[in-house]
Amino acid sequence: MKTLIFRTVAPYLTALMLLFSVFILLRGHNEPGGGFIGGLIAASAFAIYGIAFGVPATRRAMWFHPIAIAGTGLLIAALSGLTGLFSGTPLLTGVWTKSPIIGFDISNVIIFDIGVYLVVAGAVSSIALALESTEDNH
Amino acid sequence: MQSGSETALLIGLALPFAGAAVAPWLMRRMGDRGAWLLALIPLFAFTVFVSLVSTVASGTSVRGEVSWIPSLGVTLAWYLDGLSTAFALLISGIGTLIVLYSGGYLHGHPQHGRFMSYLLLFMGAMQGLVVADNFMMLFVFWELTSIASFLLIGFDHEREASRRAALQALVVTGLGGLALLAGLVVIGMATTTDTLSGLLAQPEGLRGSELYLPALLLILLAAFTKSAQLPFHFWLPNAMQAPTPVSAYLHSATMVKAGVYLLMRLNPAMGETAIWETVLPLFGGATLLVGSVLALRQTDLKLMLAYTTVGSLGLLVMLTGFGSDLAVSAAVLYLIAHALFKGALFMVVGILDHETGSRDTRDLGGLRKAMPITFAAAIGAALSMAGIPLFTGFLAKEAIYEALTHDSGGWPLLILLVAILGNATMVAIGFAVGLRPFIGRQRETPKHPHEGPALLWLGPVVLAITGLLAALLYGLFYRTIADPMTTAVAGSAFANAISPLPHVSLAFGLSLVTLAVGLVLYAAQARLRGGLASVFGAGNWGPDRGFDHVVAGLVRLSAAVLRIVQNGRLDVYITIAFITTAVVLLVPMVIYSELPSMPPFPALQLHEWTLVVVALVGLYSVVRTRNRLTAIVSLGIQGFAVAVLFVLMGAPDLSFTQFMVETLSVIVLALTMTRLHLSPTDHRPWNERLFDGSIAIACGVAFTLLLLRVTQNPFDASLSEFFNANARIIAHGRNVVNVIIVDFRALDTLGEIAVVAVTGLVILALLRIATPGRIRGRS
Amino acid sequence: MEAVMSLLVGCFFAAGVYLMLSKAIIRILIGIVLFGNAVNLLIFTAGRITREAPPVIAPDMDRLTGIAANPLPQALILTAIVISFSFFAFLLVLALRTYQELGSDNTVQMRVAEPEGDTLPPLGY
Repeated sequence: MKTLIFRTVAPYLTALMLLFSVFILLRGHNEPGGGFIGGLIAASAFAIYGIAFGVPATRRAMWFHPIAIAGTGLLIAALSGLTGLFSGTPLLTGVWTKSPIIGFDISNVIIFDIGVYLVVAGAVSSIALALESTEDNH
Repeated sequence: MQSGSETALLIGLALPFAGAAVAPWLMRRMGDRGAWLLALIPLFAFTVFVSLVSTVASGTSVRGEVSWIPSLGVTLAWYLDGLSTAFALLISGIGTLIVLYSGGYLHGHPQHGRFMSYLLLFMGAMQGLVVADNFMMLFVFWELTSIASFLLIGFDHEREASRRAALQALVVTGLGGLALLAGLVVIGMATTTDTLSGLLAQPEGLRGSELYLPALLLILLAAFTKSAQLPFHFWLPNAMQAPTPVSAYLHSATMVKAGVYLLMRLNPAMGETAIWETVLPLFGGATLLVGSVLALRQTDLKLMLAYTTVGSLGLLVMLTGFGSDLAVSAAVLYLIAHALFKGALFMVVGILDHETGSRDTRDLGGLRKAMPITFAAAIGAALSMAGIPLFTGFLAKEAIYEALTHDSGGWPLLILLVAILGNATMVAIGFAVGLRPFIGRQRETPKHPHEGPALLWLGPVVLAITGLLAALLYGLFYRTIADPMTTAVAGSAFANAISPLPHVSLAFGLSLVTLAVGLVLYAAQARLRGGLASVFGAGNWGPDRGFDHVVAGLVRLSAAVLRIVQNGRLDVYITIAFITTAVVLLVPMVIYSELPSMPPFPALQLHEWTLVVVALVGLYSVVRTRNRLTAIVSLGIQGFAVAVLFVLMGAPDLSFTQFMVETLSVIVLALTMTRLHLSPTDHRPWNERLFDGSIAIACGVAFTLLLLRVTQNPFDASLSEFFNANARIIAHGRNVVNVIIVDFRALDTLGEIAVVAVTGLVILALLRIATPGRIRGRS
Repeated sequence: MEAVMSLLVGCFFAAGVYLMLSKAIIRILIGIVLFGNAVNLLIFTAGRITREAPPVIAPDMDRLTGIAANPLPQALILTAIVISFSFFAFLLVLALRTYQELGSDNTVQMRVAEPEGDTLPPLGY
């Protein structure tokens, strides 16, 4: 798979897919999309990068360990539900604030979805990279 | 009852459990001195019960309750009449002495604290058992005493004999516990009450019921197992594997009398029937006879006492079921006397064992000079056991003979003979334990004999003196303890009249005969042993061996069953699972005529038909392919077909997710398949393929029919309508699917992403724990 | 439409079950993937099928009106797809490691946890 064309295209493809995944994530509340799909797209992006440049390069490019990303996402998702502690509502109750400046409303629901995105992206890319690296060892 | 004494009673009942919790820590911090502190717990309970004696003796029963599980209507209700109070006094009083004795007996033992903890746990359970009013509470505490007994017998858990004895006791008494539960349920059904006080308030209700017989049989099973009646007697001598304080407390003075307690408690409601007055004397008498004969066989002092305990329990059951108030009074007196002298003698044997290193009758002699205090306590208890005037044992024996001679007829005569023989054995064993080791020539023992510490001899001395005082102050003893207890058991007022002084009567004559026979047995014990040994042989046959066979049989049976149902073959498990699936889905549909009606020919557009066909081709290809790459590609084809189907049916989110997942699956599968070196062909022979194929088709048909049937029913869309109506108004989102995932059902999603994260972690771990030496070596 | 989908679901189940009944572990895994798709389609079809109208509220509306697909089974299946994938990847790695350790892909030969033979459990106390 390490052809010249693929290796040339792969970084752009990865960047584009990551950008697209964030777009899909953020629009998910109103149009088709969301954290699960966005996370899968991000994971695929890393998998493609891994196939093109090998697992060590991908791990360097990712900065964080994929499982750390997943763990952070899980923590964010869980914490986002704790707003109920202050408002006296049940766990994971949505809280919304109007913010006309950035064009969409801010809420802990969006933060929860970002957590989902990070978990799926982290865990799935971890799986893909782990399998790719056993391939390398062989 | 004032609230102050009610609180005190509650504390007295609860304190042993608290003590059990802190005992290990306390004993570690304080060593033996901790025993003095822990003894305050039973002492406190004892004083509480003493303070209730005057109320109870005046004929008023003490009752009360606290809410336990209010939502189920379960309460902790207690009921103290003469019977309960006498038992409670024995439990807490002897308990105080036993705690002190244990402090000396297990001196320096590394698990001393644990022992104390179990002991207090038992004490709390036993107190709860005898004061319980509620059936449920009676059962719970009954089982708790069995568990405490198990823990204490198995205290020395590094010896196999201890473990066996503990398990045996648990199995036998646990069986009885189940019978008790069933019996109490049956009694509850027959009388619509769930308390003992309620049952005793309507004594005719149970006897007249047609459920009387099953209730009786279950209660008898419970009582006979707990109180070691024939044929369940075998666990009690084995329980002597426990440290001696346990034998003195549980297995002679208190726990084994729980069965007798149950019979006595239910006597007013279940007694006075022909079957009661036949079964109890029959089994009790047989147990007395067997216990006595086996006691004479032993050389181990502790086992001698154990078998006479079996015999004594038989005597108590026999008297309880004899059917006259006199017999009941004899049972009551004997029960109290037995608890005092047997507890003392067990402790004496413990001291002998502790200080000389042996408890074999052939090794011990002439210890009166070395151990004078122990000797005094021993002889006091032995005289009571032998029924010598001035001791409580005498009162009991007189009462027994008076009761047995009062009634005339052939049946009581046989009982009388058994009683004389049993009592004569008591005389012989009493002196064998309390006299013989101390007189005659001193012999070599493993340890140099000397008097034990005060912690050890305090218990037997106090019990022996109590046995003497109770008889000397017999008026007070009858008025406060024996009369109320007899009244409670007999169900009608009763007053004892026997004096501890010798007097001319038929009963006293029989006492003299008993004493004479007993002394002969004592003198001839060594020869008797030889004779009995040749009769019975050296082998230990009987229910004790039977227990081993039953346990081994159960293990073999379970191993055989396991080999069939869990044979370790994944294909068999999967086959069974899917046959079950098909049967569970198909059979009810056929039986209840719920098969779907024939659907009309579907009007699909061309591209929809094409997709369905593509999916089917993909499926077929996955199943049939012999090529690895084709398998992966075909798997992708069916997955993408499903993804497109989703988008056609208004589910773009699903379609997109499915598409991404299929892509990743193909990548992952391709990465792994190359590493697995698999031959892609299906090696199943044609008959297996036919069999598996039939199961698969049956499952497929079942799900098709199920789904057709489901979709032909009217659809309840209320939940979906709620989400459609509220997604934007409440949750500010226009994509309803996403709103459900991240808002309405966010907790589910949180759980699901946790699963995803954990899977990632586990896969990483699985790949990293590669053991380099063994990998790839065998492939 | 539902009738065709029911039939298709049945075929998915049959294919999945047939592969899972095999003794070769990779076939069992592929069977599990098919089985997962079958279950997803089963849930989807049981929630009734509507063509081509996703459950998205129009920007100028407050609530979903008119004919649209049922959102509830979609929400259930969406997470199920991702979880099935994680599960599949886990099983795949498990199979891979088993194969590396035991040198076999045949479930009949995998007897480490439940060895063959008639050894009795200990009969003592």
